[in-house]
Amino acid sequence: MTPCYAPVVPTTVAAPATERSRHSAVVRVTHWITVFCFLALLVTGVEILLSHPRFYWGETGNVNMHPLFTLHVPSSRAMVPTGYAVLPDQNGWSRYLHFEAAWLIILTGIVYVLASLWNGHLRRDLLPAREQRNWKAYAAVLGRYLHRAPVKESGAYNAVQRAAYLGVIFGLLPLLIWTGLALSPAVASVAPWAVEALGGRQSARTLHFFATVALVLFFVVHVVMVTLAGFWSRTRAMVTGVVKEEQL
Amino acid sequence: MTRRRMIVAAVAAGAGVSAAGVAARLARRYGLVPPDSGGIYGPGETLTYATQRLLTAHSTAREFSRNMISKAPFANEIPPLKDEFKRHQSAGFKEWKLTIDGMVAHPASLSLADLKALPIRSQVTELACEEGWSYIAEWIGTPLFEVLHAAGMLTQARYVIYRSIDRDWWESIDMADAMHPQTLLTYGMNDDDLPVRFGGPLRLRLPRQLGYKSLKFVDSITVTDSMKHFGKGLGSSSPEGGYAWYAGI
Repeated sequence: MTPCYAPVVPTTVAAPATERSRHSAVVRVTHWITVFCFLALLVTGVEILLSHPRFYWGETGNVNMHPLFTLHVPSSRAMVPTGYAVLPDQNGWSRYLHFEAAWLIILTGIVYVLASLWNGHLRRDLLPAREQRNWKAYAAVLGRYLHRAPVKESGAYNAVQRAAYLGVIFGLLPLLIWTGLALSPAVASVAPWAVEALGGRQSARTLHFFATVALVLFFVVHVVMVTLAGFWSRTRAMVTGVVKEEQL
Repeated sequence: MTRRRMIVAAVAAGAGVSAAGVAARLARRYGLVPPDSGGIYGPGETLTYATQRLLTAHSTAREFSRNMISKAPFANEIPPLKDEFKRHQSAGFKEWKLTIDGMVAHPASLSLADLKALPIRSQVTELACEEGWSYIAEWIGTPLFEVLHAAGMLTQARYVIYRSIDRDWWESIDMADAMHPQTLLTYGMNDDDLPVRFGGPLRLRLPRQLGYKSLKFVDSITVTDSMKHFGKGLGSSSPEGGYAWYAGI
């Protein structure tokens, strides 16, 4: 016989059992500031690049010298013969915003790295777990991706994700900061080795461009993977911090 | 949020705001705020300028060996030369004068010959344009500090303004750059007179900042303690055209 009284329902629920905690507040806030800065740096970087879409290797380079390669795009300067109409000059505000966004992304990165060392995010979520420290782990993930098998998420990053995130955080972004700072004549005056180790000012500029291309590739793959895994549920997880159990 | 956490957060926020206020006042006191510090790009610009002033007050730009001098330096586009300049040019710049006024004990007007009688210095440095290109040349001239000393610069001076003969183009630098040994009033390039295409007869070379601060056709210097009454008060014609006043990046 069913008892005839209302079931007891708790009036406050800390977290419904169907939701699982996914990203900490530090990760979420620094992630979105980084996205904002990345897009600002990319747009302004392209604007600055358009004033001289030629690249050189070594210390010096100008239109009287042979380029390493030329991007066949319109330029915002009449002195650069690209064979297209001259675009309007956008360098002023682009440079102001580029360096302001650079400050914000660097300060955000410092907060992220210090917090991740402190709270264990780096050790727990990003360094390869014990069972991931072999080639088979990487081959298995890539195999699943290639067969387009449905990715069963355990709530933790797989070996390839960890390698990609670590590579961007401790490889690409520091390289972009280094090659960018090497282009500052004032920084070069206190740290000439920072320019010389890269092979000169123009080499630093060319490497800054290549590192940007690599970062854009990461961004594209990242967004594609997020979309395959469920764009709205993953994006909501990066905003609210939780993901619904059935969407794992 | 518990009451305890709210109190902690409020105290932390209060401490943060007062620390920022103190930092801003200290920055102003020690000349770490650039004239174009207003607007949405002001915080980034101020961070760059303040950090670099603290780190690079006495650093020197990289100098290269003579075999690094560019075989094909690039003379950027220059604004159309006006009649006044063309008259000087056809007279071989014999009448070219550099005037020094403002906060100096002895305002003066120097010919190129007068400048050449002052101590000479040469340097092989790179000129880097904000667009991305660069070249290395030997620059020969008189350090700006020699001229400022000779004119008896007053101690309250904070900026040195320098102008092109075409008054649409003018720049200014702080004392760290004005007194810097590599800041040259340049009249020679690669063992010859400075060609007009490269800014001759007189160009202010400033190798620790981007090329647009190395103004061409300089004929006037004013020493001041404030940029307020010059142009729009942003420090030079560059910020008025949308470019940063400080170009050390």
